[in-house]
Parts: sequence; structure tokens; C-alpha cells
Amino acid sequence: MTMQLETAQNPETLRRVAIDPISRVEGHGKVTLLLDEEDHIQQVRLHIVEFRGFEKFIQGRPYWEIPVMVQRLCGICPVSHHLAASKALDQIVGAHHLTPTADKLRRLMHYGQMLQSHALHFFHLSSPDLLFGFGSDMAKRNIVGVAAAYPDVARQGVLLRKYGQEVIRHTAGKRIHGTGSIPGGVNKNLSLAERDELLKDVYQIIGWARGAVHLTKQLFEQNLAEYNAFGRFPSHTFSLIRADGAMDLYHGGLRAKDMDGKTIFDHVNYNHYWEQISEEVKSWSYMKFPFLKVLGPEKGWYRVGPLARVVQCDFIPTPLADKERQDFMAFDAGNPSGSTLGYHWARMIEMLHAAEAIKELLHDDDLQGTDLVVTGERQEVGVGMIEAPRGTLIHHYHVDENDQVIRANLIVSTTHNNQAMNEAVRKVAMQYLDGRKLTEGLLNHIEVAVRAFDPCLSCATHALGKMPLQVELIDAEGKQIDQITRGVCDEPSSCC
Amino acid sequence: MANTEQKKIRVATTSLAGCFGCHMSLLDIDERLFTLLEHVEFDRTPLTDIKHCGPCDVGLVEGGLCNAENVHVLREFRNNCKILVAVGACAVTGGLPAQRNHLDLADCLQEVYVTEISLHNGLIPNDPELPLPLDKVHPLHEVVKVDYFIPGCPPSADTLWKFLTDLLAGRTPTLGVELTRYD
Ligand code: SF4
Repeated sequence: MTMQLETAQNPETLRRVAIDPISRVEGHGKVTLLLDEEDHIQQVRLHIVEFRGFEKFIQGRPYWEIPVMVQRLCGICPVSHHLAASKALDQIVGAHHLTPTADKLRRLMHYGQMLQSHALHFFHLSSPDLLFGFGSDMAKRNIVGVAAAYPDVARQGVLLRKYGQEVIRHTAGKRIHGTGSIPGGVNKNLSLAERDELLKDVYQIIGWARGAVHLTKQLFEQNLAEYNAFGRFPSHTFSLIRADGAMDLYHGGLRAKDMDGKTIFDHVNYNHYWEQISEEVKSWSYMKFPFLKVLGPEKGWYRVGPLARVVQCDFIPTPLADKERQDFMAFDAGNPSGSTLGYHWARMIEMLHAAEAIKELLHDDDLQGTDLVVTGERQEVGVGMIEAPRGTLIHHYHVDENDQVIRANLIVSTTHNNQAMNEAVRKVAMQYLDGRKLTEGLLNHIEVAVRAFDPCLSCATHALGKMPLQVELIDAEGKQIDQITRGVCDEPSSCC
Repeated sequence: MANTEQKKIRVATTSLAGCFGCHMSLLDIDERLFTLLEHVEFDRTPLTDIKHCGPCDVGLVEGGLCNAENVHVLREFRNNCKILVAVGACAVTGGLPAQRNHLDLADCLQEVYVTEISLHNGLIPNDPELPLPLDKVHPLHEVVKVDYFIPGCPPSADTLWKFLTDLLAGRTPTLGVELTRYD
């Protein structure tokens, strides 16, 4: 049903409404709606409107700079890019098995990031919609409003994020854009003093993370009918999975399941990911549309991220989070699996898993080991994959004999969710907006759907795009503010 | 910190061609955020649903300019903010995205949207909804007057905290060697 809303038959006769920029998400994106005279919706699109060109401009750089450069794709999940690139470069330097110290240090860094990013997304960005209501007063619908009305929730959110950032600082050297991971291993271990500092608070953090799972569950129970129906659609799922079927956010093989939970493929080595997935380009977004090759572009799109991971793993390898997973799956016959808002609940389960995994790692003496780096036989090609907070992240490099990167392909988490986000947005548009007079509160429902995916539009804008010859700037009421009809300009002062 | 009796200072923030790392660094003030909220109210920022910047005391801008829309938003900020601050390497110099300045756009497009290994179809996005890219990435001061520059990728939370508390107290912000960094 929703596919047909992708492109209207006669766009020039329709009224355009834009949600621009989408707020309380990371990065730059907008949603455009085209409506007919009776306010019926004819077209809905989520556009990714920026590009930065990382894949191209890292070419020619020496490979060891890459883990530090590429994390500038995204300041919210820099560790994901830092580690995905490092994993690809491990293959280039022939480091097929890292030392236990290096492997566990990277995992600790990654779980720290999972914790901080999920906390940020839930508490700072999305909780206002869930706590106050999707169409509630816009002036209050933000973290400042949450701090005033629910001070404990806001405080715990801030401190959960802080803890994750501190784990990153102690493993990467810096909270944002650190340097801890290098091709073949890491450049520092965790000192006893650093370990003790982190251990001090970890039980409190686990307690709060558990409270956050219960908060999302409670919100679901209180608003069951609405939450279950909101932007609901069936889809396939895709993620990395550990050899024994456990959730593993750092490493694994590829697993995909169809919308009935049946396996499409499992434990596939990711080094040849392009045999499993392909990407379609559409004219109206800088973000590509990936799909499973066996099913083709029409039927093969899928979801990634917390919901996909929690639904398709066999178990979570830490006890508290696995208990919550079981409750989640049992809830209303497993219904959260198709529900867009189920992402929030699944995200909090993962945050709890991250907190538990951090605790386990901190108790492991290997973190104080001194064997940090390995090397082996040089290779030309390296592929690194990781489960970033928002879903599967792929980095793929070719390095020549001069140690320079000559090709790069990056498929970021949010890109995998491109079609799914468009589906959710169309679904919500039909459920709440069709045939009605549009208000700010109604339009926010669309953003609530986008936010559920926690899209990192910042990551998604790494690719370069074309220069359209005409740009119109139109405000949320559809009023044209500005129009630019020139070509690409050399002098910024002469353009716009 | 300013006297709480005073009217709150209105602050807007935005990310142009940046990675949101500078915004994250601002959030890295952690619990001090609640102290800040006693003295500051937010206009347009990625944390609120205000889509356009209104009259403000301070505008913090992360990221340089990579497309026409960035230029438009920056001008909106300059017109509305009494004090405009370039936050972080991207805003101050163009930063990492400016690495594309020595490349030809057409080559990049061809590679990313036409010849890359995992592509199903080759097609370069060209819809009018997509903003016009500038052929070079520019720092803010090439387009508008900037009142303060804070280097760093990102500037640390302590750096941003010192800067803001100085401003709130009515002092000219000074960072010193300790708080000025470029990594
Ligand atoms: S200066 Fe660094 S942290 Fe800030 S936006 Fe640019 S790349 Fe990100």
C-alpha cells in the first residue's frame, strides 16, 4: 500500500508541505508531503539532503589515518566508524586474530558507545514525544521540558550517557574522535586506576538501564493500541550474529530473516557482503536504498538496528537483558516486532545489555594485558563490519602497495533503514494526516516515526551527490522563501 | 554564572556541514547542563522543535558550508543572533569535509552513484528537493561576520563550558592554552 505513495502521478497539481529540518534527530533531512485539494496524501518522501564525500576524499590517504578520519562522519557514533575501519584494516595488515587484550578493549569501547548513543537517543531526543504525547505542546516537547516535569528521568539519561562517554574516554583517549584503535589492535590497555574508576559506578548504571527498559515497557502497556498500530508494517530483518546465535554487537556472520521469522540466510561470512545485498539509487535522496539480492529491490528491503537485532537473535548473552528480551518477545504475541515504536523498547534492552557487558569486561584481567598489536601478511582488500547503535555498518577498502587507500565503500546503518523509514513515514501519514487540516502537532507524528529509527542522517550524508540546477527554499507552511536557479558557484558571496 | 534573577539568555545552535560531534561535546558538560538551563533558554537547536532561528543572544554554529541550504541557515543565524560563534574545526576552517575541495565533483558523483561495487543501478540524484551543493566547502567567516572562533575537533566540553560561562557572566571569553586545542 505504501509503495504507491512514493511517487504521485501529477505532482505539479498538488500542494506541498515540508517538515524541514526534521528536528531531534542527528543530521540533516526533511520530509515532503504532496496533498490534493481534499487534503488527501498523494506522496510522502523522506529525503537526505546533504553530502560530504568521504568515500572519495579518503582515497590517496595512508591507510593508518583512516580509523581517525572516518569517525568524523559522525560525532554521535564515532566509535562505530573508528572500529569498523579498524576491522577492515586488520585484514589489510594481515591481523586475522587480535590479542585478547586488543579484542576486549575494542569491545569495551564499543559497548561504551552503545550505552551513550542509546541513552542520548532515548532520553535527550525521543522521550519528550513518549512522555508528553506526540501532538503535545511544542514548547515543552524537548529535554528541557523533561528535566522540568520528570527530573529523575532526565538526570538518569544524562548520567547514563556520561558513563558511556567515560568508558570511551578511558579506552579511546578522548570522548569524541579518540585514537585508541589501530590496524591490528589497540594503542593502550586499561590501567587499574581507570578500571576502578569505571567499576565504581557500573552497578548503578545497570540499575538505571533496567529502569529505562521498564519505562519503555510501561509506556507500551499504557498506550497499547496506539503504540502497536503506530507506523506498523512487516519487514525482513538483517544483522550480524554470533556463531551460537547470540546477539553480538562487535562481530559475527550475516543473518537475515523474513517477515515471518524464517531464515533467509545465516552465518554468512561478511567479506563478500555484496553477494548478499545491493543498493538502489533514487533521484530524490542522497541516501541509497539497499536490499537483499535474493529477493530483489521491490521485496528485498529490510530493517536493521535494535528492533531487528533483538527480534532475530536467539538469545542475549547477559542475563538481565535476555530476561527483558523474553518479555519483549512474549508481549502481545511478539507484536513489537512489526511496530515502529518497538524500536525504543528494543533499544533500551540493548542499552541494558551494553551495561552488563561493560561490567563483565571490567572484571576481565585481559584488559590490563600488554600484548596490543599483531601483524601478518599484507592484503589488498579489507572489509570491516560492526553493529553500530543504529544497525549494521560496513566499511570496505582497497589499499595499494604504497599503503594508500585507492577505493572505499561505506554503507552506514541508517542507509539500510532507508526504505523502512520511508514506509513508516507513509504509514503514519495515512494513519494520522490524510484528509485532515495539518497542524504542527500532527506533523510531529511523522517525526516521531522517523525518530523511532534513531536515524543518523549525519552518517548518511557521507556520499557525494549531484548539483541540481534549481533549489527552492520553502518553509513548513509551504511558502517559498528563496529560490536559486544558478549552477554551481565558485564564489559563495555571489550565490544565494 | 549570571544572576538567576536576570532574563535568560537565548541561545540557538545548528549543525551545517559538520558531524554533530561539536554538539555532542556541548552535551559532554554532563550534569552541568542542568545548571546551564537555569540561565539559558534554547531557540532552534537539534534538541528542540523550533525549525527557524528567531531573535537570539548567542548562536553557536557547528560545521562549514557545503551547500546552498547551509548558507541560507547561516544567514538566518547571523541576522538573528547578536553574537555568532564558529564552533569547531569545520566551522573555523571547513575541517575534514573541505578535503573534497581539491576534487572534481563530477568524478565523485560518478564513483559514488554509478560505479561503486554494491550498486544495483547507476543514477545520480537530481531532484529539486535536494539542495545545491557548493563546489567547495567554506568556513563560516567567508560568508558572514563571525564574532568568536573556538578551534578543536571537537572543542572539549570544558572549553565550551568556560566560553559560555564567561559570556553569561558578561566577561569577554578567554580560553588560554589549557583549553585551546586542535585535535
Ligand atoms: S569540528 Fe570535528 S567534531 Fe566538530 S563537526 Fe567538525 S568533524 Fe565534527
